[in-house]
This record gives sequence, C-alpha cells and structure tokens, in this order.
Amino acid sequence: MTEKLVIIGNGMAPGRMLEHLLKKAPGRYQVTIFNAEPRVNYDRIMLSPVLSGEKAYEEIIIHGDGWYIKHGITLYKGHKIVAIDRQAKTVTSDHGVTEPYDKLVIATGSVPFIIPVPGHNLPGVLTYRDLDDVRAMMLAAQSRAKAVVIGGGLLGLEAAAGLNAQGMDVTVLHVMPTLMERQLDPAAGYLLQRAVEERGIKVITKANTQAITGNGKVEQVELADGTIIPATLVVMAVGIRPNAAVAKEAGIAVNRGIVVDAGMRSNDPDIYALGECAEVSGQVYGLVAPLYEMARVTASQLAGDEAAAFVHSDTPTKLKVTGIELFSLGDFAEGDDRQEIVLRDASAGVYKRLVLKDDRIIGTVLYGETADGAWFNDLKKKQTDISEMRDTLIFGQSYQGGASLDPMAAVAALPDDAEICGCNGVCKGKITGAITAKGLTSLDDVRAQTKASASCGSCTGLVEKLMVLTIGDKYNPAAVQPMCGCTTLGHDEVRRLIKAKGLKTIPAVMQELEWTTSCGCAKCRPALNYYLVCDWPDEYADDYQSRFINERVHANIQKDGTYSVVPRMWGGVTNAAELRAIADVVDKFEIPMVKVTGGQRIDMLGIRKEDLPAVWADLGQAGFVSGHAYAKGLRTVKTCVGSDWCRFGTQDSTGFGVRIEKFMWGSWTPAKVKMAVSGCPRNCAEATCKDVGVICVDSGYEIHFAGAAGLDIKGTEVLGLVKTEDEALEHIVALTQMYREQGRYLERIYKWAKRIGIAEIKRQIMDDGEKRRAYFDRFVFSQKFAQVDPWSERVSGKDKHEFRPMASVGFAQAAE
Amino acid sequence: MMNWVSIGSISDIPRRGARCVATPQGKIAVFRTAEDQVFAIEDHCPHKGGPLSQGIVHGAAVTCPLHNWVISLETGKALGADEGAVRTIPVRIEGERLFIALEALASRAA
Repeated sequence: MTEKLVIIGNGMAPGRMLEHLLKKAPGRYQVTIFNAEPRVNYDRIMLSPVLSGEKAYEEIIIHGDGWYIKHGITLYKGHKIVAIDRQAKTVTSDHGVTEPYDKLVIATGSVPFIIPVPGHNLPGVLTYRDLDDVRAMMLAAQSRAKAVVIGGGLLGLEAAAGLNAQGMDVTVLHVMPTLMERQLDPAAGYLLQRAVEERGIKVITKANTQAITGNGKVEQVELADGTIIPATLVVMAVGIRPNAAVAKEAGIAVNRGIVVDAGMRSNDPDIYALGECAEVSGQVYGLVAPLYEMARVTASQLAGDEAAAFVHSDTPTKLKVTGIELFSLGDFAEGDDRQEIVLRDASAGVYKRLVLKDDRIIGTVLYGETADGAWFNDLKKKQTDISEMRDTLIFGQSYQGGASLDPMAAVAALPDDAEICGCNGVCKGKITGAITAKGLTSLDDVRAQTKASASCGSCTGLVEKLMVLTIGDKYNPAAVQPMCGCTTLGHDEVRRLIKAKGLKTIPAVMQELEWTTSCGCAKCRPALNYYLVCDWPDEYADDYQSRFINERVHANIQKDGTYSVVPRMWGGVTNAAELRAIADVVDKFEIPMVKVTGGQRIDMLGIRKEDLPAVWADLGQAGFVSGHAYAKGLRTVKTCVGSDWCRFGTQDSTGFGVRIEKFMWGSWTPAKVKMAVSGCPRNCAEATCKDVGVICVDSGYEIHFAGAAGLDIKGTEVLGLVKTEDEALEHIVALTQMYREQGRYLERIYKWAKRIGIAEIKRQIMDDGEKRRAYFDRFVFSQKFAQVDPWSERVSGKDKHEFRPMASVGFAQAAE
Repeated sequence: MMNWVSIGSISDIPRRGARCVATPQGKIAVFRTAEDQVFAIEDHCPHKGGPLSQGIVHGAAVTCPLHNWVISLETGKALGADEGAVRTIPVRIEGERLFIALEALASRAA
C-alpha cells in the first residue's frame, strides 16, 4: 500500500531528497508538495548570476514541470501551509487545501533577517532570498540610480556585484570592520574590499544603519555617525534565520530551528525537517553541501534505513562574484595552541593562510588563488598529519614533491581534473585515460597522444609518475631513452660510437648505427649534425638541411613567419655610429618592433625573410656581425662597467667580457650558452644564474657555472678562483669544450653538470692542468672553422636560394 | 583542363629542402626529398599556420618549424597523433623542369 508523503517547501534540499527517495524506494510514497513560491524547484545558489545578468531563470531550473508529472508528484504552487494538525495528520494551505499525510517533511527554509530600523518597511526596501527579490532588484536597477546594500557578507556582496553589473551605483554598508568577517580573516577581508572597490562599488565598514527615510518610498539611508547616503533601492542582506513558525505552532520542538535528531526526525516520529529550517546537534546550516547531506539522510530514513545519520562537516565558502577568487574553510581564529602559515604575494594579489592545531589543518583562507582549496579541505577532513610537509604546505599540492613526502602518493592523490601540463592545458585524467585506452608505454607516445610535457617539458617528472602509477613496471624510466624513434640508441651511445667508429657524415652514422628510417627525423638530424660539427671540426661539412630554420637562415623565426635580427654588441657595449646604423635599418626596412634584450643588445623584430640579406648588408657596413641569438651556441656575455667606471669595481669586467665574447663567438654548443662577468660581488651583471659566470674580486676571478634562469631557476656552482684574466679565460674555455664534447643535444650546462657531477668537472678543469689545456686547445682548433660571420657570408651570396621565392606564378591572370 | 605552370628547375631546390612559389592565393611550398621526389603543398601548417617550407625535411615528410607537427608531403595530412591536413598541389617533372597545376589554386579562390 502506498503511503502519503507530504512535503512543505520546494527548495533545493527537498528536491534533492526526492531524487534520492525515488531511486531508493520507487513507488513507496504518493508525494504531495506545497510550495509557497509559485514555481518549480530552482537552483537558489545561481540567483547571483541571474541578478548580474550572466544567466536566465530558465537556466537555473532543477526540476521542470515535466519532472513532477513524470514522477506522479502533486505540486501546489503558491500554496503556503498555515496549519499542521498532528492529531488528524493533515496540513492545510492558505488557499484552503487540506491534505492528509502518513509522513510529513518540513522544508520551509529560512527567512531573511530584517533590521528593525525606522523605515525598514518603506517601498524600495528589499531582501535577497528568492527569484521574486531578484526580479524586483532587476526592475529597480533599470533606473540606473543609487542602491545601498546593507550587509557585507556573502549574500550582500553578491547582491552588490549583481546590481553593479546591472548599472547601479552601489554602496555596501557593513557593520563590522572588515567584509565577510565570519569567513575571512582581516587580511583577506581587506583584499576583498579592495577588489570590490576596484569594480566601482563603494564600501563603508563599521557602518551602523540608523534609519531609512523617504517620502512614501526610499530616498536615503542614515548612519549613526550622521552620514547620509542617497538611495532609491535598499537591499537588506544581513543574515537569515530558520523559518520554523508553522512547526512551532503545531507544537513541534523548536529551538533556533526545528530540532531534529541525526536521522532528521523531529520529536514527532512521523515528521521530519531538513534544510535551513532544521537544527541538528545545535547547529543550523545555510550552505548547500550539508543541506544535500540532510537530503540524503532523510531519503534513506523514509526508505526504511534507520541507521542513516547526519554527520557535521565544515563546508568551504566560495564567493560567486566573477573574477574574485576566494575560499574559506573551518576555524581560523587565533589561539595559543594554534600555529599559522601565511603566504602573501602582494603583486599577484594572493593571500593564503592555514591555521594548524597539533599538526593538523583546522582552518584555511585562500584569496586570489584557490586551486588548492580542495586539497586543503581533503587534508583537513582526513585530519592528515602535515608535519612532514609543513615547510612547503602553503605552496599547495603541486609543490609536495620533496624527499620527505612520497611523491608518488602525492601524484596519485591528485584529482583527475588536476592540470598536469600548463602549456597545453592537459589534466591528469586525460593522460591516464590515454595511457590506458591506447596502451601507451613510452613518454614519447604520451607526448604525441596528449601533448602533455611536449612543450616546455617542466612537467615531464609528473607525467612519468603518472605512467608508473597507471602501468607500473611496463614503464621503465631508468632505461636509456632513445634519441628518437629512428634508433634504439641513446645520445651518449651515439656520441661514443661516432668517435669510436670514426663516423663523419650523417648517412654514415645512420648506416653504421642501423637507423630505422631513411633519413632520420627532425629530432635526430640536428643532434647528429651538432655531434659531427663538434667532433670533426675540420672534416665535417655542416649539413644545413639538418639545421633548425633559425640556424639555417641565422635569424629567429617568429609566430607569423617573419624573423628577428640581433646583431652582436660585444659585452653589451655600443656607440653612436652603431645605434645610428640600427636606426637607419629600422627606418629603411620599416621594422615594426625594436626591443632591448635581456642579454644587453638590440632585437629588431618582424623582418621579412626576403629582406634579411639586405638588412645584414647594411648592418655589416657599420661593423655588425651576427649575434647568434638564434643559435645553440655562444649567445651573449653580459657585463657591468667594472673598474673603468664603477667605484666598487675590482677588475675590468667589461673588457674581460668583451674578450671572452670575441674569443668564443661562433662556437656551436649542445644548447645555448649565456655568460656574464660582474666587476664585484654586488654582481650587477647577474653572473650567478648564467651557464658560465665570472665574479671579479680583488684577488682575481671567481668562475661560476651551471646556473639557470629559465624553465628552472638555479644559482651557479663555483668552479674555482683564479688570479689572472688569462687563467680565467683558459678555464672558461676548457669548461665549455668539456661540455661541448659530453653534452647531449639541447641539454643545458646545468643539466649536463648534474649528470656528470660537479666534483668531476672541477677535477678535470681545476685540478688537471694537462686535461684543461687539451680541452682549451681543441676549442681553439675548432674556432678556426667556426668563426666566420654567417651574415657577411650570406650577403656575399651564400645560400641565396633561402631568401628568394623560387617563382611567382598566376599574378598576371589574377590582375586582368 | 589542367593548366601546368613552369616554376623552375629541380636543381633550384636543395635535397631535403624546400622553396616557395608565390601565387595570388598564397605561398606554395615545393619540396625535394633525399630521393629527388618533388611535392608541393600549401605553405601553411594546419596547426597554427607555420611556414612548412622552413621545416626540416625527412623521408617524405616535413616537421613544422613552429611547433613540430609532422606533415606528410604525399597526402598533406598530419602524421602521428595530430589531426589536420594541408592542400596538396599536383607537380609534374619533365626532365629538369618542374610544373605545378595552377587551376587547383584558382578553383580554391573562386
């Protein structure tokens, strides 16, 4: 026999409860709903986007009329229940409908709190609770006049943002010193206030509303301190209280809300209450997550599962104002037994605070960057002991890769939608999904299929961990990575065999080392070309067709197919004649962009390929040569002004920088090499993040190497201190040659050094004079063939086919 | 009717290289492989419009210089996991001379 279930209220909580109930006990109840609002169930959380105009009412409907018909539910729209007769087990609506029940669910929600100031009932004073309020506000907003929102909490700010978006001049009055003080600490409240004010919304804190006045309608708001704010619309958003009046009149136990047990049952065993009107263990709730939990429990109880029980959990708060990122969770009051971790990044507008107690997170406030909110919530919920990761905790989950924490577990714990590859926007689920679905076993396969780690590569470690997690031993990261798909040999093996077998051409390498493709690919050909150039400088004929376009045309290709040109400025020093020549070239070729580079020289961007030889010819007239800004080779030697000018300079850093650059330019290296010479430890040339750097000191030259300031940031290692400039040059050159001979193509010095070991490099360059001089001599020999200015070669006609179209066809026909 | 237009000699193009032919409908990239096969395709990568003529030629394919897509010279289609294609243009070799079929371009403009 079907039982009669009557529900008072048709908000989100009873709506969700019905969904559960229809699944758990289909057909058990005949359901009747009385809704005081004349409409179906809609998503109240989305009222703010409706107010701001980002969504329409139709888009926020949860259950349309059809849903009620389909499930045989009777919905009385616009019927407010005025009486519950617990003896007769009936309810009666204000339109006189009386309905009997076996089980009754009260879900009457809450009513907005109205401050009882004089004038609170004037026309033009609204609350922010349901769609009718939103429609009234939108109507008022059409006047584009002034609005006052009383209340700087979640609802008040969302109302203010919505009215502002509708074109109103909005002032928010908040009685406390900072906004959203229940969810945010003062620092985050301050940042929030600034962000709100940047949108043109005025905020007055510590504002005590004294009266709302006007002649027959709202005209102004008066504060206790005498301030008068003109307004035609006043929205009260100071809070809500449970709507329990009808239950109380029926003699059901009511405290703040309708008192229910963990099974959501009131003191009448046939009457349940859920939603904002219910009070469980002394708590009332206003956020959706606990209300949905109540819905689940009530449905289970009604379906016969008496063990179902509501458990309290803190719910994170998020502000739904487009462009403001805010997350708050738990308890963040200060206390003697609590510690906090705070991160502030003023320029990025980021503030993060974690409140800890006994090495566990009890509260979190995130402002400006909230991506880790879910993770912190998880740590808090699981009461995870964070002492091991305390130092890096605040930086979020992606930073938890340190030795003290199992990095595998951290990757495993990432949710499927966690972004792994920032360059290509690839999330974890996409990567693991592709690995499984397509049976991928190599990093290259994953890169090809998903694009993850295929751009800057800084996420490679994460991707490899995902592979191990997904396919276990089938992925063996320790195995030698082949150079590319054309061979099974790794870079080191290929380099060794080129020397051992005396292979001196690319076809010879491919033949002898059993390449699986006829003429390689875009990965192995440039690498092989470099290895051969480096190992046989006098015998090998550089294969231009195996060079990347930049090194083939000696300029940098840009996204639109034009090129940029950077002439060498030795040590960053220039003069009037050079600058004049550059200015003339810029004018003559209508170069759209001229920019000073980070390497102390001048970049001219947007040059047509056909114009390159003519540009170089003009620059060459002024004495310029190629700056190799495009090369896997020596780029710049940055300098400071040193002892010639600077009162702190200890050596001639400028002169030494120029000397290094003139000695080493033109040399090809596995990856680009950037250098710098600073005249004193103040290090104005920033030598300690370069591939090779020199810090001049009174007693000589401190040589640094293996720094990085790109994808990775790494301070340099100290190679050693030498007394004279000549010695410094010999050491630097020898170090570079060692790297040239051992580095894998595209492997920067810092990565090579990590692989070889700093100590080993020091031993060969600092301690073994014979080895050092041998390296030095080999470098000097190779420079004999390398120091030819590629620009002047091409001005003289070399590779002229590169810079001209082969033919122009079809134009005459088109013109006629 | 095929309208074959002369664009020059095969020796104008380096092996494993390319040259461009300017047309009113945009640039055509003409490739010569290590085995002296010749292909013509639009000089416009289906990914982000990179100039394919500037890429490294290997086998009968070219790697785009901007983001390393590999495009088949025979079919114009992206190889590997990428999806996309460029238009191919018929080429004829008569002795040393190269011709491309121009109406293939004109029909596109019409």
